[in-house]
Amino acid sequence: MAHAGNPQPVLTARAAGLIGCATCGCVSRPGTAHCPRCGSVLHSRRPGSLSKVWAWWLAGLIAYVPANLFPMLESTFLGRRTDSTIVGGVVDLVHHGAYFIAGVVFFASVLIPVGKFIAVGYLAYSLRYRVQLSGHMRTLLYEVVEFIGRWSMVDVFVVAILAALVNLGFVVGFRPGPAAVFFALSVACTMVSALSLDPRLIWDAVERDGPDHG
Amino acid sequence: MTGTAAIADAGGIAAGTAGGDRAARVLDAGGEVIACTVCDALHSVGAGPPMHGRLRCTRCGSVLLRAPRGALDSILGGALATVILVISAVFFPFLEISAKGLRSAASLVDVAFAFSEGITAPLALAVILMIVVLPVVRAAALGWALVPLRLGRPALPGAKRAFRFASRLKPWSMAEVFIIGVVVALVKIGGMATVSLGPAFWELTLIVLIVALESTSLCEKTIWRMLETRSRS
Repeated sequence: MAHAGNPQPVLTARAAGLIGCATCGCVSRPGTAHCPRCGSVLHSRRPGSLSKVWAWWLAGLIAYVPANLFPMLESTFLGRRTDSTIVGGVVDLVHHGAYFIAGVVFFASVLIPVGKFIAVGYLAYSLRYRVQLSGHMRTLLYEVVEFIGRWSMVDVFVVAILAALVNLGFVVGFRPGPAAVFFALSVACTMVSALSLDPRLIWDAVERDGPDHG
Repeated sequence: MTGTAAIADAGGIAAGTAGGDRAARVLDAGGEVIACTVCDALHSVGAGPPMHGRLRCTRCGSVLLRAPRGALDSILGGALATVILVISAVFFPFLEISAKGLRSAASLVDVAFAFSEGITAPLALAVILMIVVLPVVRAAALGWALVPLRLGRPALPGAKRAFRFASRLKPWSMAEVFIIGVVVALVKIGGMATVSLGPAFWELTLIVLIVALESTSLCEKTIWRMLETRSRS
């Protein structure tokens, strides 16, 4: 039995014939339906975790396409209407010299979502196939993805705030475009995708792939 | 907060013990055993959570338990700050801009109902949920579960259910994400109109951000141990 990258081999709850609660860490005997400490439903490994991850991942990816094709924000300035997509909005900001905000929007609406698709895809792939990244790095990646995913929603809020606030008659006004809906949907789907991943599967894969990949 | 080093008595349980009923041996060994929620490794934590710092999993390095001191304060402080911010921003316009003699103000409800035309309509409901309903409901659930613990009293009925519910809601309650959205929107508007914000806005923003950061470092497993002991008595 190979134990990855550890000086001393460690016994897992499953290997000991027990079930560890994914919420509170309490250890129960098999056959226990609910955790005696926190009341959560007990699973040694969450059933169907990988299929759920891929299903929500794909749904998020599909929603991300119209999110980039349709306008995110329709702005009217002195009676002239301009539609801008997510990337178009960033380009506009750069033209106006607002590099910092362009950076923030680019980070939240382009880099984080794309990075998240790659990261979740990579993690899910690593459950089936051998990969280069160590278990620790994969756990870190999982934690970063889980933490950062919801911050993408910032762009949806920005659009809503602009549309609600900036309505100064003829001078200037904003309206949300259809891309906002698809973008919000895409963020929500990737959040569910990341939440569906049982991190214990990452370490099962580390153990399976042997000590070189711990 | 001091020390982040792993503490010796959170040693992983070695896999070497072959044969026999492993489950029984682990459970009957005396002292409390918990499984790492990230990698499933078993650890004996007989001494309970540390006085300072945290216990880390020997296999994957994630936090197993941390010092309970101050944990409740930061969670409850965050919950209170969220409720104050959200409720006040629902009833009062929290932003006002003016340009060329024209004025405009918006409350949280106005922001959500910016999505009210055509295909964007369902988003109004989602936004109301994410920035008003869920943050308040989550704060209330946390208060129900944890205020009695903070006061040193027995837990209220349904405390466990309330805390579990609050954990479920956590990713979807986005008050602090919204605050960042406000800041980005303000800088975007900055060029074309005068924005007026009271100092109270920035104070509240700061409080919410600090507490949001603090509560992300919260260890749910530690709170669960506290809830369990208090619910029994």
